[in-house]
Amino acid sequence: MLHSQTIGATRWTFDGLKVLMAKASPLRSGDVLAGVAAGSAEENVAAKLALAEIPLRVFLDEPLVPYAEDEVTRLIFDTHNAPAFAAVADLTVGEFRDHLLAETTDGAVLAALAPGVTPEMAAAVSKLMRNQDLIAVARKCRVVTRFRSTIGLPGTMAVRLQPNHPTDDRQGITASILDGLMYGSGDATIGVNPASDSLPAIGDLVRLLDDLIQRFEIPTQSCVLTHVTGAIELIERGAPVDLVFQSVAGTEAANRSFGVDLAMLKEGREAALSLKRGTLGDNVMYFETGQGSALSAGAHHGMDQQTVEARAYAVARAFDPLLVNTVVGFIGPEYLYDGKQIIRAGLEDHFCGKLMGLPLGCDVCYTNHAEADQDDMDTLLTLLAVAGVSFIMGVPGSDDVMLNYQSTSFHDALYVRQVLGLKRAPEFEAWLERMGLTAPGGLLLPARSGHPLLTAAP
Amino acid sequence: MSGPGLDPWSGLGAFTPARIALGRAGAALPTRQVLELALAHACARDAVHAPFDAASMAGRIADLGYETLSVKSAAGDRNAYLQRPDLGRRLSDDSRRLLDGRPKGRSDIVFVVADGLSSAAVHAHVVPLLRALRIHIEEGGWSVGPVVLASQARVALGDEVGESLAARMAMVLVGERPGLSSPDSLGAYLTLDPVVGRSDAERNCVSNIRPAGLAYDRAAFKLAWLMREAFRRAATGVALKDESDLDLALLSPPKG
Repeated sequence: MLHSQTIGATRWTFDGLKVLMAKASPLRSGDVLAGVAAGSAEENVAAKLALAEIPLRVFLDEPLVPYAEDEVTRLIFDTHNAPAFAAVADLTVGEFRDHLLAETTDGAVLAALAPGVTPEMAAAVSKLMRNQDLIAVARKCRVVTRFRSTIGLPGTMAVRLQPNHPTDDRQGITASILDGLMYGSGDATIGVNPASDSLPAIGDLVRLLDDLIQRFEIPTQSCVLTHVTGAIELIERGAPVDLVFQSVAGTEAANRSFGVDLAMLKEGREAALSLKRGTLGDNVMYFETGQGSALSAGAHHGMDQQTVEARAYAVARAFDPLLVNTVVGFIGPEYLYDGKQIIRAGLEDHFCGKLMGLPLGCDVCYTNHAEADQDDMDTLLTLLAVAGVSFIMGVPGSDDVMLNYQSTSFHDALYVRQVLGLKRAPEFEAWLERMGLTAPGGLLLPARSGHPLLTAAP
Repeated sequence: MSGPGLDPWSGLGAFTPARIALGRAGAALPTRQVLELALAHACARDAVHAPFDAASMAGRIADLGYETLSVKSAAGDRNAYLQRPDLGRRLSDDSRRLLDGRPKGRSDIVFVVADGLSSAAVHAHVVPLLRALRIHIEEGGWSVGPVVLASQARVALGDEVGESLAARMAMVLVGERPGLSSPDSLGAYLTLDPVVGRSDAERNCVSNIRPAGLAYDRAAFKLAWLMREAFRRAATGVALKDESDLDLALLSPPKG
């Protein structure tokens, strides 16, 4: 279907929904690379004006990737919840934005709506929203998940403690974990990216994390971020796996480039559930996503990168995750060129995920070949914390010495807690106080030598 | 208040290059630490833009007894390379002609030395790694094609190079994205039956090769294990998990 918009003497035309959405997307290098971006600023706004008039129902008639070709499309259509959608079924994309911003659209209304929102609807409306809209609506969404801690309660923000080491050295990883715990981080998960993809080495790390968590009765969960097939094999070999991890993307072909499909994810989730290791809940999956991964695999089917990213949340949603992490600036300047583009993408991803009912966290990050620096990260971190982000990363000194990029630090988490009054997951907050690391209210106490945690030091 | 000084667990810093026990000024980093971070970022930024010295690399690799070839990707300069990964994965027309014009002879392994995002890593670590690999290559009885030096190159360029040189396997040695603490980290990517269009799930990777990371002899051991298993199982990628540590453990018991 041809969409059009006339501005002055110019009639802009857009051949199909996919093209219209791409042209309406705020400018970013990845869409230019893919050849789908608007050619001028005016064309971009013309596309937004045309998109605003599209009825939401159209998204249920016009799949962006053919149903027969792509299992992610089939998942989106087969699991769409029509009764939940009924509340907004008569709206256009523009009216949908106004509806989301209305005071009467509160957390309960949004939670009821979530299963009726397809990723394409979320992506479309986000393209009409300014940064403040993305923050205002996401802030109203409430998504609560549980394993050994509770993620997403109002007024809280959790931290994934990321104690990576370039050679997976046990002592080095332990040192970073203790550093993070002493700084009050780790309630989302203690999650290691292994340098090695060797299963015996990964099994050792799983046991290392489990030993620490058990020894100090830390109300959190461990994750060693290895391919889902590796986690399944480890579970079969008897390893104490808490969360099963997988990177996912928004098309079947992109997922195939990660060596994964929906059936494998289902198998991974079932394997983790079989261990019954969660004490408060059974959200056992940890997913990571990020704009640009589908294009990077040549598997974007002509969609803009933000729309494909939202489709990855449909994949995540099918498996009731504890945590979904958009690793926003990791992929590099060919997809998100500078601080401005990274900030916009982080807010879009968080909004789309929350609108779809997911526990969205964000790895607020950049690489050394992007035009960005710590100031940009401070800005995005602050904006996301205002928007109610479920969790962020905690990396010692913000320098990940294994993955070679900069993320947020334990200090950064303390900063947003201080300026916005954000608490940790309640179970973890109570544990820190019990351990004498924080005062009532959560303020970190002055560090003292000889703390019992430090007896675990190598 | 621990104040703007180091934390009581600063001794743990001996176990990791990570920036731990930095102390704090309120919630923030102390002044000295925040400026050290800024300096490290400045150095890494500069490393990304340092030029690749293919000519001197060719000489040093020739000294190991390997034939060398120099090629360029389709990305004309650093800026194009950073923003157009598609160009960095393809050979320039001239380079394609150069490889196509070579006599056809099948070899087991073709090494592709790619600048990637850190020429410093390639300059420092490729020659010692090739030297450490040599004994394993002799043991495997594998034939080695020309070593191809590729400028403004990404990992997938190895598929086109390997295909045009009719290699059974391509091993791409590439400068990884510089980190604040490691501006010179080398990665090695193995792809069996390299042809244009292979996905990353069809490769095995050994990363962080540098003396302060994965030492040359251990990296060489792992790579040789992967090559041997890849030829035996006729697969690289997710179908081939690195279990070389099991064998390595037989050779040298783990520390501690």
